[in-house]
Amino acid sequence: MLDTPIIEVRDLKVYFPVKKGIFGRTYYVKAVDGVSFEIPEEGIFTLVGESGCGKTTVGRTIVGVVKPTAGKILYKGKDTSKLSKEEYLEYRRNVQIVHQDPYSALNPTKTVFQSLAAPLKRWGIAKSRNELREKVSELLELVGLNPPGEFINKYPHQLSGGQRQRVVIARAISVNPDVIVADEPITMIDVSLRIGILDLLLKLKEEVGTSYLFITHDFGAARYFSAKGGGSIAVMYLGKIVEVAAAEEVIQNPLHPYTKALISSVPVADPELSRKRKPLKLKSLDIPSPLNPPSGCKFHTRCPYSTDICSKVEPELKEVSPGHYVACHLYQG
Amino acid sequence: MGNERILEVKNLVVHYLTARGPLPAVNDVSFSIEKGRIVGVVGESGSGKTTLALAILRQLPRLTRIYKGSVMFHGIDLVKLSEKEMNEIRWKKISYVPQAALNALNPTIKIIDHFIETGNAHGINDKKLIVEKAVEIMKMLNLEPERVLYGYPHELSGGMKQRVLIALSMIFEPELLILDEPTTALDLLTQRLILDLIKDLHRRTHMTVMFITHDIATIADIADDVIVMYAGKLMEKGDVFTVFKNPHHPYTKALMSSIPDLTGDINKMRSIPGSLPDLINPPSGCIFHPRCPYAFEKCKREEPPAVEIKPGHVVSCWLYSKQ
Repeated sequence: MLDTPIIEVRDLKVYFPVKKGIFGRTYYVKAVDGVSFEIPEEGIFTLVGESGCGKTTVGRTIVGVVKPTAGKILYKGKDTSKLSKEEYLEYRRNVQIVHQDPYSALNPTKTVFQSLAAPLKRWGIAKSRNELREKVSELLELVGLNPPGEFINKYPHQLSGGQRQRVVIARAISVNPDVIVADEPITMIDVSLRIGILDLLLKLKEEVGTSYLFITHDFGAARYFSAKGGGSIAVMYLGKIVEVAAAEEVIQNPLHPYTKALISSVPVADPELSRKRKPLKLKSLDIPSPLNPPSGCKFHTRCPYSTDICSKVEPELKEVSPGHYVACHLYQG
Repeated sequence: MGNERILEVKNLVVHYLTARGPLPAVNDVSFSIEKGRIVGVVGESGSGKTTLALAILRQLPRLTRIYKGSVMFHGIDLVKLSEKEMNEIRWKKISYVPQAALNALNPTIKIIDHFIETGNAHGINDKKLIVEKAVEIMKMLNLEPERVLYGYPHELSGGMKQRVLIALSMIFEPELLILDEPTTALDLLTQRLILDLIKDLHRRTHMTVMFITHDIATIADIADDVIVMYAGKLMEKGDVFTVFKNPHHPYTKALMSSIPDLTGDINKMRSIPGSLPDLINPPSGCIFHPRCPYAFEKCKREEPPAVEIKPGHVVSCWLYSKQ
């Protein structure tokens, strides 16, 4: 990769303090504990993991809502903690987020026009009322809300979940960002409309050149979005990336026992196949407390293949075949 | 299969009474459940699947009424029963685990007291008997009874709470267990555990289950029969092998190709165009016609009847009707 990635995350750590006990001792929840990856220019990077793995915290840190405890986030090769005030504002404009819940992301007392006009005015992209109307209509058309005239004066409660999410996406792209952090953008959308939202994001990548950090718990959505957009998938567990490779490689050839367990547990829409499958069983279903994570490999308490070394030494993320990285002693050979 | 039918729903219509007029959440739905089968009911939000379950149990919210139809259970029409008679059926004969059930446990009392209270409410005061039964079911669900029974709900994980609720719904060995989205708010590995436990429980007890979900892949995994609902209507039903291998209704086909799974061809996956209809002002004719790629003139004019194209395989679509 010769081009500078649009976003580079280097050894990111985010610890949240928690007071506990009668003396109020401070403990730290290591929500993100040493994560590194890149989002290539006009590319896709997907984080998958169960709830509590830290994937949302990574996304929120990249958009600047959460401050890193340690590590760096580089935007176009520049350390974001060292930007001047103007540069930092420009960075914040260029990195937008789409949240999971389109029902609470829009102000219920504002029309679609008002919601979309606000960022345009704030960044001076459109000024006069006519300009604003034109630009908002353009945005609505771009996100597939046609004809725009039918949606522009509506309130959120008059729209379906899928339509609201399209408005949220329109708002995110209104300020021409380079990167969108899409945090579970389809989880609350009706099943039959989910692919439509992903296709819209992919279309924007083609037409406007947006890059994505896609965050999801759903391997099917991760595969669809990342594979179609030529991106990679990383699997997170307790604040760490345990495996990363090109999308189809992770799905069809998972190596880490955790990834194997997750992928073999996803129900398949084929009654014959699903009755033949044997999901990989873990030793325990309980995710250890992030306040007191296990020693060595954080997964060893649940891993069916764990050996002595796993509880003592933390495995590093190593390239085991071209472009396929795994953090597991089974592959450190 | 020629098995005994334990539940027969006929032409059921349920209306929500809204300010804009009656909203038919379940609209002319007929099906039967055979003893010992797991029947999956699949549909998007607003398809009427939960309303259907609540109507069977007669636990509909206020401002709702069963407008038409019958629910026959052992030859008795549940729609006509008095509230008192219905109480004899609920939980003992037909039990229900609601959606988002993880908040259904009382946080101030121990798990064991949930079982005792449930027993008392249904006239069984022998504590020992109830606890014995609870222990037996909990063991089948892979819960450690000693640890769980004497704990409080907050000490349990989501998956454990869901299992406690299933155990609680089974203490009277009901003939029919209705599970509403039992795996929805759970992590992937816990979902897998719950599905496997329900299958295991079914193998051992041969209980009859109605399994409601929005996830068609889960149905393929667990159910024997499937009912596909859309906008209050039954679109297709049949045994899972037939329906998944050879879906007939355009909605079933579209729904299946709208799910991004791990095995299918990603280039063939697509969402269903348009959005869900307004049920107060539904489209004329077939309710799916505005989104259907095969719709023709008749679909816009007349509602298609449910046609049995093969024994047990029913489709409501003009493409398969000879009329």
